[in-house]
Amino acid sequence: MKMTDEVVAPRRSRPAPRTAPDPVGPSNGVPGVPFDTPAVHEVRTEEDLLVVRHAVRAATLECGFSLIDQTRVVTAASELARNTYIHGGGGTMALERLNRHGRSGLLLVARDEGPGIVDVEQALEDGYTTGAGLGHGLGGARRLMHEFRIHTEPGVGTTVSAIRWTER
Amino acid sequence: MNAPVPAGVPILRLGNVLVTGLLDELDDKTARAFTDELTERIATEGPAGVLIDISRLEIIDSFVARTLSELTTTARLLGARVVVAGMRPPVAITLVELGLALEGVETALTAERGMQALGWYHGSQPPERGTR
Repeated sequence: MKMTDEVVAPRRSRPAPRTAPDPVGPSNGVPGVPFDTPAVHEVRTEEDLLVVRHAVRAATLECGFSLIDQTRVVTAASELARNTYIHGGGGTMALERLNRHGRSGLLLVARDEGPGIVDVEQALEDGYTTGAGLGHGLGGARRLMHEFRIHTEPGVGTTVSAIRWTER
Repeated sequence: MNAPVPAGVPILRLGNVLVTGLLDELDDKTARAFTDELTERIATEGPAGVLIDISRLEIIDSFVARTLSELTTTARLLGARVVVAGMRPPVAITLVELGLALEGVETALTAERGMQALGWYHGSQPPERGTR
């Protein structure tokens, strides 16, 4: 009589194979997989905007944000990504999970090599628009996040960094 | 003018109301195609009202808000009243923080209430008793 355990045991000790290849990055929609290195997503087409949205949604879930906070962060990310796409002529969006004093947070970094923003204060004002939006994108995104920084240089590009922390 | 590309969401006619909705993943092209198709239908069929269900929308950013505003204005200019129904509570909170109030866009909590606002009643039930 043979023990069937032999067949089962090695299978258990082997690392579980990835069932599906990951199309965009380590954080993309795989629940429970933490990402310590930033996941960088291209923002060059309309489809990219949707991919970024999905990735941000997945990241907010991993961070443990409430539903309202998830909505805030995904909305802010959508505004930033659209700015990158439209005003920056395309670029990238990096997502990084943070930890500070036991609170987790999500850092969004939208980067482009576009014309830059000439007047940042003006760009943050409600109702100011140079494009197809309602002129609430940048200022609105700032209100939806806890920390917000813009680095821009005319002719070089724009980088917007934004963080939202989870509630206790 | 080219024939509008079907936007994926059907536009149904119930009496003098057109009933339709927006999908969550609205991109520029889809939004334009949807606006064109709805405008075309309003112009040819002359409905009194249009119900747009947005209960599928997980977020409304300034792009989607602009699409809704423009749709509503265009429909009104063509003589149809638009009711946008079913906004999720987190979406409403976020929209306000974003600084967008969707001024001039009539809203209803649910599609059913939206239809009531446009003159439709469910069976013989008094409208104010309708369940959510």
